[in-house]
Amino acid sequence: MIFIYDASFEGFLTTVFSAYEQRCNNPKILKHHQFIESFFEESETVFTSQEKAKRVWKKLEKNCGKSGCNQIYRAFLSEIEGIENTLFQYIRHAMSSSKNITKDYAHPAVLEVVQTVKKVGREKHRMDAFVRFRKTRDGIYFATIEPDFNVLPLNVKHFKNRYADQKWCIYDLKRNYGIYYDLEKVNIVHLELPKNILQSSSEFFTSEEIEFQHLWKNYFDSTNIKSRKNVKLHQQHVPKRYWKYLSEKYL
Amino acid sequence: MNYERIKEKLNILADAAKYDVSCSSSGSKRKNTNKGLGDSSGSGICHTYTEDGRCVSLLKILLTNHCIFDCAYCVTRKSNDIKRAAFKVQEVVDLTIHFYRRNYIEGLFLSSGIFKSPDHTMERLVQVAKKLRLEENYNGYIHLKSIPGASDELMFEAGLYADRLSVNIEIPTREGLKLLAPDKDRKDFLQPMNKVKNEIIRYKAEKKIIKSTPKYAPAGQSTQMIVGATNETDAQVMYTAAYFYKKYQMKRVYYSGYIPISYDPRLPSIGTDVPLLRENRLYQADWLMRFYGFSIEELLNKEHPNLDSDVDPKLSWALRNLHLFPVDVNKADKQMLARIPGLGMKSVYKILGARKYRNLNWEHLKKIGVALNRARYFMVCDSRDFEKRDLSAASIKNLILQNSQSKFRNTYGNQLNLFDKHDQLISI
Repeated sequence: MIFIYDASFEGFLTTVFSAYEQRCNNPKILKHHQFIESFFEESETVFTSQEKAKRVWKKLEKNCGKSGCNQIYRAFLSEIEGIENTLFQYIRHAMSSSKNITKDYAHPAVLEVVQTVKKVGREKHRMDAFVRFRKTRDGIYFATIEPDFNVLPLNVKHFKNRYADQKWCIYDLKRNYGIYYDLEKVNIVHLELPKNILQSSSEFFTSEEIEFQHLWKNYFDSTNIKSRKNVKLHQQHVPKRYWKYLSEKYL
Repeated sequence: MNYERIKEKLNILADAAKYDVSCSSSGSKRKNTNKGLGDSSGSGICHTYTEDGRCVSLLKILLTNHCIFDCAYCVTRKSNDIKRAAFKVQEVVDLTIHFYRRNYIEGLFLSSGIFKSPDHTMERLVQVAKKLRLEENYNGYIHLKSIPGASDELMFEAGLYADRLSVNIEIPTREGLKLLAPDKDRKDFLQPMNKVKNEIIRYKAEKKIIKSTPKYAPAGQSTQMIVGATNETDAQVMYTAAYFYKKYQMKRVYYSGYIPISYDPRLPSIGTDVPLLRENRLYQADWLMRFYGFSIEELLNKEHPNLDSDVDPKLSWALRNLHLFPVDVNKADKQMLARIPGLGMKSVYKILGARKYRNLNWEHLKKIGVALNRARYFMVCDSRDFEKRDLSAASIKNLILQNSQSKFRNTYGNQLNLFDKHDQLISI
């Protein structure tokens, strides 16, 4: 049986509810854009219901605790193909067990979820590190990113705590949404960004901005010890796909 | 801001500070207050990595590289003919704030050459930290160097604004210090270290009674030793480290392979390789001491004054203590699990969690991430398949080396030859 949902987390939880309702042990859960009509399998489109999602979430909190729920949410944000099916098996295991199963690493679904959570956590941490703000002419510290996973919701707290006295915006170009802090709270925003936002400087950004990028690049070069050169290690820590957003690498 | 001038100074003073390897930005617990700037309550963040593979988390600079001392191992030594520069206090403050706001750094690491006098230098360092905290409401990380010979009053003030303080003892042995830094006295390093340690203890005790007691150097103290500049043994380095961990409650001791920077005949000549493998082994031993429950005597002693270069120190220890193995991973306690070669603490915790649900077999362990190449000779699990041959330490080592790769492999030969030569010298 195939279940098609709207790609939201609540949608996924509603799907879990529907699968249980229909006593389906091995559902195939697909996001609506992943679905291609098939003659051989039955399919059902799930309509997201806040109420059903909440019921599932409450039950999960009871069975897996806060940390288990957090794991489910983080693994979901990975957007890895088929993660919904693994999560369903994880949830089934949690529902049928009398113990909290979050540490049952010898169970294939639990191990896969844990490993996915680790990947997501690493990507979240990378964004905490690799965001490079540029100050715009209207005084907003602005950064663009393209994380491998949808981690921006996880970054909100870190940046809000740290930059409480400046307006900032981090924009995910891949998923076309961003988080914007207006000195009060963090909101989700959708922007029409010019294509050359990465290269442009004088048009959008303050004149001192480019000076600081150069100072930073200078610092980055000066602090390197040539006789210890280790490019492999360097690239392992700062993979090439992130370079276009790091001023010390692209300048 | 005169960017050109700042750029020039930054190049000189960052270049001079880069030999200090301390990069940690964690352990502070300093939270953002009153909607200020910065927060260093979380884990440390490495914002980028230089081409040598070292992390950049702090703006690491000297206030000045003018210095009245002439320590042979140091680039900023008085007799070295190099460009000198000095930052003004406000320049360092501005640079830190502008870099921090752009998310380039976790904070500031400020060291300095010693100009005029230790107190004069320390006073300037404290000024920078004080300005950042009081005028800029900055809660990011600050690591200040304690200047050897600085007065207790200044060290006290430094701890009120800095998250971490450090004095580098640099040379592990007293004799080495006398040879390479004749103007320096060990007492001068220890005095500020001691003052800070005592204040940390006092503030912690007060905090238990009065909750609003301000923070005092919340990320503790650290120090650094250069290895390979004198002919010290690994045992001398690590016993010194163990002493500082215990006596001065150091949060970290860093080991820095000597990078040849001078033609001084007392030191390895320019062009000599940086002892990267040795540095790596010392860090491994350090971790075993701090997180794996090993005592220093188990790793290094009279019979083994140096760490093996071809295998890691834990494996080396296990090979000397085969009578304690194999360990049953489904039954052994945490401490014993941590002693199995190829098991890191992460794997240990995973095993402890997972074995509550079922007995673990090789397949499970492999998936969890245990390095079975090393571990399998030292443990049994829920399987009839285990190492049944009665292997000697030497043959286990051979089997492991045959099945593993290391980028240091071709340096083993050289380093071993070096030791052979030493042995010859000793026997002659």
